[in-house]
Amino acid sequence: MSRQSMRANDPKKVSGELFTLTYGSLVAQLLKDYENVDDVNRQLERMGYNIGMRLIEDFLARANPAFKLYLGVSPSIGSWSPGGDEFSVVLETNPMAEFVELPDHCLGLRYSNIMAGVIRGACEMVQLEVMAWFIADQLKGDNVTEIRVKFVKRLEDAIPAGED
Amino acid sequence: MTTLMYKFHQINLYILTDKMTVHSLYILSKSGGLIYQHDHNIPTVEHEKTFSYPLEVKLEVQNRNIVVSYGQRDGIKVGHTLMAVNGMKVTGQQLEDGRDAMLASMFYPLYALACQLSPEQRSSGIEILEADNFRMNCFQTLTGVKFMVISDVKQTGIDNLLHRVYEIYSDFALKNPFYSLEMPIRCELFDEHLKSALEQAERLGISNI
Repeated sequence: MSRQSMRANDPKKVSGELFTLTYGSLVAQLLKDYENVDDVNRQLERMGYNIGMRLIEDFLARANPAFKLYLGVSPSIGSWSPGGDEFSVVLETNPMAEFVELPDHCLGLRYSNIMAGVIRGACEMVQLEVMAWFIADQLKGDNVTEIRVKFVKRLEDAIPAGED
Repeated sequence: MTTLMYKFHQINLYILTDKMTVHSLYILSKSGGLIYQHDHNIPTVEHEKTFSYPLEVKLEVQNRNIVVSYGQRDGIKVGHTLMAVNGMKVTGQQLEDGRDAMLASMFYPLYALACQLSPEQRSSGIEILEADNFRMNCFQTLTGVKFMVISDVKQTGIDNLLHRVYEIYSDFALKNPFYSLEMPIRCELFDEHLKSALEQAERLGISNI
């Protein structure tokens, strides 16, 4: 059975378009409410952070590749920094932004910033403090969508006994 | 001459054989607080008997339950638990509020202590604790949440059960937007799925649930 038809038969899967539309209207509403793109970026990141803190358990319980599982894409990892504490997650296609065109007045908007938040939230729950931010976005004319992740420190006092 | 009037009450004793296999489940948050506790009792063999006063069986309190201590008769054996009298449920002696939480939280430092006592580095802490009439399995996730199941020594497939409980936790507690992290889990869907997972584990008693 092909993957597509498996998806269609799985009652737990919703249409990807419903997801992109929902996320799109969320971003649009945030833009209306905050009017300032920086605030919207910050809110999206914060939402992602809250999602990541919960999603990490789901990911650990199922042990599947996370991007494949939640977004249906497989990013490549690369551009490691010489110190080995920084890398890039490169997405050839961004399923969240499939139908999006950024209007001129919000070029500073990091549309998929929720993803950066998810990465930060998820890592924090496994005692890794990281920074995650977008450095390339297809919505802004780049070839790929690229998230940079930088390791900050291990959260020593949060490490559960037996995991150090 | 004075006569004493005795009032005879008919008492329906509803007696249960003690054959539970998974006794209880605890979930500790990563900071060590008890966020979920479930006592799992499945009546397996039940006897309903009408007794008149005085009772032919002797009862006593054992392990929070009222059990038969003397007077084996009509299928009712020593060790059976009294479940109901005249249709009223006997809940046994409940621990006072907060004692469960205290007892469960006591496990947290024990676990940490075991890690420190280990002669080898990176010890996993207590995973199984076995006594002659029960076994406790503990599973700690990478994030520090602990799942503990107390079961009969004969019960198998506990590892799978713990993993299943982890999945249920990540689905029905964490994906519920109104559940806040580190807080006691009060979600009906979570309860339901957990119960069916426990029942399934008991029914199969084997690896695939």
